[in-house]
Amino acid sequence: MQNKPELNLDSIQYKSEVKNLCFHYGEFNALQNINMVLHDKQITALIGPSGCGKSTFLRCFNRMHDLYPGNRYDGDIILYPDDVNILSEYVDPIEVRMRISMVFQKPNPFPKSIYENVAYGLRVRGIKKRSIIDEKVESALRNAALWDEVKDRIHELAFNLSGGQQQRLCIARALATDPEILLFDEPTSALDPIATASIEELIADLKSKVTILIVTHNMQQAARVSDYTAYMYLGELIEFGVTDTIFIKPKNKQTEDYITGRFG
Amino acid sequence: MAVKSRKESKHPGRLAFSFRRHMHERFIEMLLFMAALCSVLIMLAIVIMLVKESYVFFQHVSIWDFLTDTEWTPLFDNAHYGILPLVSGTVVSSMVALTVALPLGTIIAIYLSEFAPFAVREIAKPFLELLGGVPTIVYGYFALLFVTPLLQVFFPELPGFNLLSAGLVMGIMIIPYVSSMTEDAMRAVPMNLREGSYAMGATRFQTAIRVVMPAAFSGIAAAYILGISRAVGETMVVAIAAGMQPNLTWNPAEPAATITAYIVQVSLGDLPHGSIGYQTIFAAGLTLLLITLAFNIIGHILRKRYREIY
Amino acid sequence: MQPDKQLEDIRAIIARHKRWDMMFLVAGVISLMIAVLTFIALFSHMLIDGMPRLSWEFFTSYPSRHPEAAGILSAWVGTTLVMIVTALSAVPLGIGAGVYLEEYAPKNFLTEIIEINVTNLAGVPSIIYGLLALGLFVYQLSLGQSILAAGLALALLILPVVIVATREAIRSIPVTIREGSYALGATKWQTVYDHILPYSAPGILTGVIIGLARAIGETAPIITIGALTFIAFLPPSPVKEEFPFLSFEWLMAPFTVMPIQMFNWVSRPEEEFQFNAAAAGLVLVVMTLAMNGLAIYLRYRMRKKIKW
Repeated sequence: MQNKPELNLDSIQYKSEVKNLCFHYGEFNALQNINMVLHDKQITALIGPSGCGKSTFLRCFNRMHDLYPGNRYDGDIILYPDDVNILSEYVDPIEVRMRISMVFQKPNPFPKSIYENVAYGLRVRGIKKRSIIDEKVESALRNAALWDEVKDRIHELAFNLSGGQQQRLCIARALATDPEILLFDEPTSALDPIATASIEELIADLKSKVTILIVTHNMQQAARVSDYTAYMYLGELIEFGVTDTIFIKPKNKQTEDYITGRFG
Repeated sequence: MAVKSRKESKHPGRLAFSFRRHMHERFIEMLLFMAALCSVLIMLAIVIMLVKESYVFFQHVSIWDFLTDTEWTPLFDNAHYGILPLVSGTVVSSMVALTVALPLGTIIAIYLSEFAPFAVREIAKPFLELLGGVPTIVYGYFALLFVTPLLQVFFPELPGFNLLSAGLVMGIMIIPYVSSMTEDAMRAVPMNLREGSYAMGATRFQTAIRVVMPAAFSGIAAAYILGISRAVGETMVVAIAAGMQPNLTWNPAEPAATITAYIVQVSLGDLPHGSIGYQTIFAAGLTLLLITLAFNIIGHILRKRYREIY
Repeated sequence: MQPDKQLEDIRAIIARHKRWDMMFLVAGVISLMIAVLTFIALFSHMLIDGMPRLSWEFFTSYPSRHPEAAGILSAWVGTTLVMIVTALSAVPLGIGAGVYLEEYAPKNFLTEIIEINVTNLAGVPSIIYGLLALGLFVYQLSLGQSILAAGLALALLILPVVIVATREAIRSIPVTIREGSYALGATKWQTVYDHILPYSAPGILTGVIIGLARAIGETAPIITIGALTFIAFLPPSPVKEEFPFLSFEWLMAPFTVMPIQMFNWVSRPEEEFQFNAAAAGLVLVVMTLAMNGLAIYLRYRMRKKIKW
């Protein structure tokens, strides 16, 4: 925690800005009036007790809620540099997902080969040239620190990998298409401590390439990997700021109680 | 309060909908929707076809005659159009079948779900499924040429065509349907209910009868009802083994035609399209459809209820 | 003395309950044995009667007035051709409907109607489909008593089987797989085509095989459309020597199928024809059992292999 460089807020650009975001599941008001920003090429963590809406919030960024009926967004999530509200009804959720990738709680590789898993995002974009796909697959697997382990069995079924490897494969799959933002929904909650450490290390390395938003139920994890932290409770954003500040000197009493373990 | 700015940014630029992709997706969705709609169209076509031809039929024959006349001789000179003889044949053969299928099917289901060791279940279930896959014509052959001669050993006066052997074989044929649905319903009962019963010192039989079966009641009832609907609609076994002579009787030892057997009998002949004989099979078919539909709807409601419980 | 008496009572009760348990166990085994024995009786009776008739000539001869010369050539060719029509029409339609209901259908009144309808169609007696085919295909659409009319009738009959199998296979795919695909920017159809359909293929195939096995043995609807029972010729060949090499004349040809041939022989008074019926039945049962067995095996392997 201590050895992080001082952050100079002015020099960092916004990648995304959330303005007055509300989200409803049918009648239920799941998110209320959320305002925050994602800094470009930085890691932002969402913490809070379970059921506080952090996963719901995360899934607004790639419009996953559009898949199910009865969901409604209000407010804006502006994506820069386009300066477009990605929640707008004029925006195609498919286009949003092509630029904002996601890694899920449980590793969910497709029952295809390792190669095909990583290549899928490219195929969806209509890329057919074998040489381009080969190259992208390799670089994505390298970036996900998986290449050395799988390069000799790249055409084997992805299900044969260990849990941690599967999750890194899912990260490679998300990286293959060069997304601008990468969303992580509790990516280590189904993994053992060693696999967790390797994923955390990987996330920290990815910061140089992509803006990251990560939901975690593990406060230590948030403290270890993130630059910024947002604490959510009952669908509201209670406090948002630089991670060190949030963990050492939270402004809000609720945040302090949660972080010190007096709550939750 | 609600923020409306979401609607304001009308220029999504790179993030806009791709018209081509959008149309492609809509086109495929329409195709799939039409495939799904086909099932409704088939049902409509069935109803329209049966009602249309029956309507012409009922212009010749009053509904009152149809329901109360005790003779069904549409192809004779002195034609009578009373559905009762066909209904009685259907009811008797179905009753015989159900007296076999419901108890045996239920016992097998209880045995497989609550008593049988894993290995027995793994073998018995696929075997029953295979039994359900045997063509009905083969069962008809078996009823006529094996079961009837066998019964005649014990009851020498039994005629060569009779409802009894057709019903018995039909019962055996329906066992797999009843047992597999009943077993599904019983297996859907959560384990903790059973454990509660065992913890009180109940035996397996007591648990099955007093705890599992009541809990699975609506599922079991649905299985029974679908069994009934199958017995009523079964054609080839009765057409082969029970004879095709309409006969108002409640005695299973007599030959009689069922609704389905009558349709087969007429179809085997050469009736001109549009004749009254041609229309009778649609009137008979409509009667059959209404009976089975009623059972199916009851079964559907019951099944839906038991799915909702857990 | 008193506690001992109570203990004895309880023991008596337990013993009685255990006897009930045993009795039921015996009843269960007996019931199962009745089903098994019936099947064995059915099979062996047909085997004894039909086996002597089973020869190469039986498969390569046309039906005949002379029982010892009669065969099932036109019947099995007819069955094959009818099944081709049935499979080609029921499979795409059934899979399409299943995919729509699982992946696309909004929760509304129309969807509910469609769902209830599929359930009801599954419960409609097969002979009713025969009446529909008679009225609609044979007369309204003037297809006559042809292979096409019979194939379509059987396709309608097995459509619910294919739809239900498709839906069940699709439902077993976890939602995380779909979300994984959508999250990569796949459209709905890409998700269905690249993931849902391939992963549910074994389950769908199982349903299709079971459906076709049922269609092969169906007799009533084919009788209802008035298919001829004495056919001593083959439909025109689907393959031609000259361009365009394919011919669809056979679709409109008169035909007979295995169960009809068997029914024809069963209803003859002469005993010799019953032996032919037994032989035809044997072929039919082996065919349907093999198909059902294959389906059961596929499902068994699938259950062992796929663990999401």
